[in-house]
Amino acid sequence: MQFMSRRKKYTNPQTELYGHALQFYGQPPLENISLTEFETFAVERLKLLKTVENLGVSYVKQTDQYTMKLDNESKNLNFPYRAETDDRKSQNGPREYEKQRKDHISHFILRLAYCQTEDLRRWFIQQEVDLFRYRFNVLSSTQKQDFLKRNNLQYNTISPKEKKALQENLVNSSYTISGIKVEGQDFYKVPFQDALDLVRTRKVYLKAGFVYIPHQEIVTIVLNDFRTRLSKALALTARSLPAVHSDERLQPLLNHLSHAYVGQDYSIQKNVGKISLEQIDSLSGKSFPLCMRQLHQSLRENHHLRHGGRMQYGLFLKGIGLSLEQALQFWRSEFVRGKVDADKFDKAYAYSIRHMFGKEGKRTDYTPYSCMKVILSNAPSQGDHHGCPFRHSDPELLKQKLQVYKVSPSGISQILELVKGMHYQLACQKYFELTHNMEDSSFSLSHPNQYFIESQRVLGGGKDIKREMDTSQRSQENSAARGSTSAREAAANTSQDLAEKTEDLDSFFQDA
Amino acid sequence: MPSSSSASDYDPACLPDLLPLYYRRLFPFSQYFRWLNYGGVQKNYFLNREFSFTLKDDIYVRYQSFSTQNELEKEMQKMNPYKIDIGAIYSHRPNQHNTVKSGTFQALEKELVFDIDMTDYDDVRSCCSAADICSKCWTLMTIAIRILDRALREDFGFQHLLWVYSGRRGVHCWVCDEAARKLSVAARSAVAEYLSLVKGGDETVKKVVLTDPIHPFIRESLTVVEQYFPQYALQEQDILGRKESVDKVLALTPEDILFTIKELQQDFQNEKKPENRWELIKDQASRKQGKKGHHFEKEIMLQYCYPRLDVNVSKGVNHLLKSPFSVHPKTGRISVPMDLKELDTFDPFTVPTISLICEELDRPRTGEEEEKVEDIKEKENEKDAAERRKIRDYKRTSLAKYVKHFDQFLDEMARLWKGELLRKSDLQKEF
Repeated sequence: MQFMSRRKKYTNPQTELYGHALQFYGQPPLENISLTEFETFAVERLKLLKTVENLGVSYVKQTDQYTMKLDNESKNLNFPYRAETDDRKSQNGPREYEKQRKDHISHFILRLAYCQTEDLRRWFIQQEVDLFRYRFNVLSSTQKQDFLKRNNLQYNTISPKEKKALQENLVNSSYTISGIKVEGQDFYKVPFQDALDLVRTRKVYLKAGFVYIPHQEIVTIVLNDFRTRLSKALALTARSLPAVHSDERLQPLLNHLSHAYVGQDYSIQKNVGKISLEQIDSLSGKSFPLCMRQLHQSLRENHHLRHGGRMQYGLFLKGIGLSLEQALQFWRSEFVRGKVDADKFDKAYAYSIRHMFGKEGKRTDYTPYSCMKVILSNAPSQGDHHGCPFRHSDPELLKQKLQVYKVSPSGISQILELVKGMHYQLACQKYFELTHNMEDSSFSLSHPNQYFIESQRVLGGGKDIKREMDTSQRSQENSAARGSTSAREAAANTSQDLAEKTEDLDSFFQDA
Repeated sequence: MPSSSSASDYDPACLPDLLPLYYRRLFPFSQYFRWLNYGGVQKNYFLNREFSFTLKDDIYVRYQSFSTQNELEKEMQKMNPYKIDIGAIYSHRPNQHNTVKSGTFQALEKELVFDIDMTDYDDVRSCCSAADICSKCWTLMTIAIRILDRALREDFGFQHLLWVYSGRRGVHCWVCDEAARKLSVAARSAVAEYLSLVKGGDETVKKVVLTDPIHPFIRESLTVVEQYFPQYALQEQDILGRKESVDKVLALTPEDILFTIKELQQDFQNEKKPENRWELIKDQASRKQGKKGHHFEKEIMLQYCYPRLDVNVSKGVNHLLKSPFSVHPKTGRISVPMDLKELDTFDPFTVPTISLICEELDRPRTGEEEEKVEDIKEKENEKDAAERRKIRDYKRTSLAKYVKHFDQFLDEMARLWKGELLRKSDLQKEF
């Protein structure tokens, strides 16, 4: 891509590339665009992806509500959103072309911003895959086949004879397949490594290393392919990044884009040493979110926590300001009360605590887990106490626990309702409100350390602990509504130089 | 055959004396190397493999690597490790990883592994807890092996599985197929998830939930569980005996079917025999046919018997796992390969300990053994005397049958290696 400031240059319409509803982003755009467009496109796609992320936590993916909300957001931000039933008319119209072009270019710009670290890459891939899945699912059957053909996804079908022999197993492997459907469509035999999502959830028939996929479910395979390609592409992009960064116009913008996602990750320790170990017990009751309170209690009762619990709780403690020395003392004194003698602790566990603080091994300074991470990864099993209680605990046990913690019966039912609807973070927020005697907590919970800071703020009257977080979390909720207006505002700021443009960018992510 | 009573004479304090003997005269180095070299088909495969040793006083050293079998032998005989772990094959020699540019030293391949640990079943076994095992709960391992072995072979198409007794309270499975060794992290985690049915920690009461349709994998697994359930759960674990256990079982019945539990509790007043009580439970389940939660009797069986694996062990390409033929420092038992043909009669308490096999070394040879010595002499005339003696040594001990089984496992893989090497040399000739 070459950039010329302030000049829009129309190249030949790439109808071949933009004539279809969906693409694999195999080829980067080759035209020139203005810096303004560069920025606008990037920011809007980022908003779209943030919406994808938020919807993914609040709703079950691919349900009507989810799809409808994503449709709306795509429309508001002027991205392609639903292939019209009348293919010929809309696919090649100028408006549709504009949307496709924007989609194409914005994707590649964000690649530049999100290829740099493992975390950024993981986030970007996750949202792009979800976005792709949503778009692929709304394609018609013909369009899907068309897409497969165009992108050379050849998978072998099985003979009718083999299909008959496997019929019962095929029907029993998926709730979407009936006997009639088996006869009526092609089944593909795909190596299981190419269909990991289906294997993982056991939604498919697996035999001798091959999965048997009905045509209607080929999307999962396509997604896997998309994910793999994108992952490789990002790795390649990362290598060419120094060249891009040397362009002074782009570097500040790209940096800003990736920080806008990260927001507050509580990795930089503020208030180190302001918490004393004696305070932890009482803090756990007053200001810890339920997950950490549970872990702390388990630790006190059993004088031990397994690895998953040590990581989740240990990093949280680091985030609230425990120093390495304090952490070592804290864990040691607790473990020694259990079955671990001091020597063994120093040999085995101390290493991993120092590792958490970035003093060993790779020397990565690990960041405390966000709610998303706690909810979605590393589910607890027998003997574990980590995870999110709203997500991972039996509702009955959760109810009992809340009763022990003196939450009112009406409060408990409100929480359980939210849990039933899979709104785990909202449930935790409700727990916050109930335990702090507040009607409305006025922040949007996405991180256990955020919970702690907000709690301390409420309890301390906002005097000692200064406002740590920027308001990027809260603004995501509002920005969706204000999206279209801000976008137009940004486009209008063509006469300002880049420094000012960066400030404008800030305003997208803060309360207007 | 040696009796198990002398096996219980193991004393951890003797390890420093026993280990040197074990590594000098008993550890099957040539088979071990034969395995990890994988026929020499891939260059530097053995060279780039990570080993880790736990030495005396809990000193732990990682990133050990060796270029030949001889080097491995010498080092192990020098260090006398208390424990040996096997890690991944890396992009460079592990013992030189500090010289490699940061970020380029990467784990590339490793066997797909599974670790089944008896402590993960503490909530469903009443005979033991924590590190203890007995013949009653060992059945859980038998069930786990049958289910997983079938699934890995029939569903995933893997063929070269090595099951190993961990030395105390569990078993490990090493899937050695080339396709398995090359699996990504995501693929390993997907395989492990596919094989997982029991989900949830201490906070979860009902850990198995089945919905229609029942996947063929679950059906197959249930067939195995049903085979062992009456003897294992109803008899030996007596899960429908004492009120406490009964309550735990009934807690797994669906809550929306309010009367089920009350009815069953009443019925149980009159019916004391566990088998009959189970029939009553199955009866209740079949009555709910078609309604939500009607698979609860299957869910109960699975929760009590289905294998519980630690996904994290299987996921990581760089994860280190205890090596076969390593000694367990607390029990003294050798981590021996298990012959699945004799699975139902496998008894962890008769697995040889290091003290037993060292003792067996000192026994004078009987006439029978002299004969075998003659046979061996004829076959192995080429090798030097020390080598020969070494080969004979483990064969004189209880370790012999386990090494023999390991040999058979390697022979099967060797057929593949031969084909591969031929193919490669053909390709080169076509130049």
